[in-house]
Amino acid sequence: MALSIVHRATGIALYFGTLLLAWWLIAAASGPTAYANVQAFTGSFIGKLIVFGYTWSLMHHLFSGIRHLVWDLGYGFKANEREALSWGALVAGISLTVLVWIIAYAVGGGR
Amino acid sequence: MVEFALPKNSRISGGKTWPKPAGATETREFRVYRWNPDDGKNPSVDTYYVDVHDCGPMVLDGLIWIKNHIDPTLTFRRSCREGVCGSCAMNIDGQNTLACTKSMHDVASGGAVKINPLPHQPVVKDLVPDLTNFYAQYASIEPWLKTTTPTPQKEWRQSHEDREKLDGLYECILCACCSTSCPSYWWNSDRFLGPAALLQATRWVTDSRDEATGERLDNLEDPFRLYRCHTIMNCAKACPKGLNPSEAIAELKFKLVERQV
Repeated sequence: MALSIVHRATGIALYFGTLLLAWWLIAAASGPTAYANVQAFTGSFIGKLIVFGYTWSLMHHLFSGIRHLVWDLGYGFKANEREALSWGALVAGISLTVLVWIIAYAVGGGR
Repeated sequence: MVEFALPKNSRISGGKTWPKPAGATETREFRVYRWNPDDGKNPSVDTYYVDVHDCGPMVLDGLIWIKNHIDPTLTFRRSCREGVCGSCAMNIDGQNTLACTKSMHDVASGGAVKINPLPHQPVVKDLVPDLTNFYAQYASIEPWLKTTTPTPQKEWRQSHEDREKLDGLYECILCACCSTSCPSYWWNSDRFLGPAALLQATRWVTDSRDEATGERLDNLEDPFRLYRCHTIMNCAKACPKGLNPSEAIAELKFKLVERQV
């Protein structure tokens, strides 16, 4: 049940994250000053935290969604498979989030 | 609809701690939900101490011991005491299960055995839930063999292979542990059939002898009756018979798609 709740919560969070993404794209299209405003926000500590949370929501929702896809295809209903899928989605979501951020910093995204 | 807090008249307050049995060398603490429809008070949780050397190992043995030795007003359903009748389904240590097959020694080591009625059902008294709606939903899936061909001279024949398809479906004892563990059922029990009734729907849809498969599927094709299941999986986790209602429901969803293609 916990993972079902997290799946929904991350789904809701994605709506707000997508607004953020839209803001960034609109700012990029509007001009350098608007873009600099967004960059200042996302570069701040709070901004980074929100973007990190958005990354995790996206990754978790992706893997949790795959988990549901597997069930919708009729597989993975046994007790051990069910637990493995749930833990797998949680661990994969966190791992990939961390990986994305490591790569982002490695290619100089933190500057 | 979604309710995150208990209504005012269902909030638990206080409760009595009954004295430890005299002469007992080892006791186990039981915290049991109490509610009496006649005294106008809110529910409470009473604390009892069971003499484990004078009592069987199961939670139901503990409850019967309490009723016999401490408090005869404690009310609960029980019958077969071996996991066949489904009467003593209740919430033990946060899990819906049968009191007769759950050992009190398996409950979180040494702590109190916390017992509540099945969640989100109206309470008749103490640990007795009102399952009227649950049974009506079971009746609504018409759990009997429906045929149009003339009745054969002897019994309706079924191959061994077709009979095997009912394994994991026919064993359900309708204890309601699964349905009352399902958040979708808590919030839409007026319209969502719930895992137990849907498992039985699958049982009749799967039966090779039944000739009303189409009608049965028509009856299920509804955004609430079937599709309120969001594969939360609490049902499969709760089932004291080890059945898997969520898998059976997936089977139903499959059959509904299959007949359209």
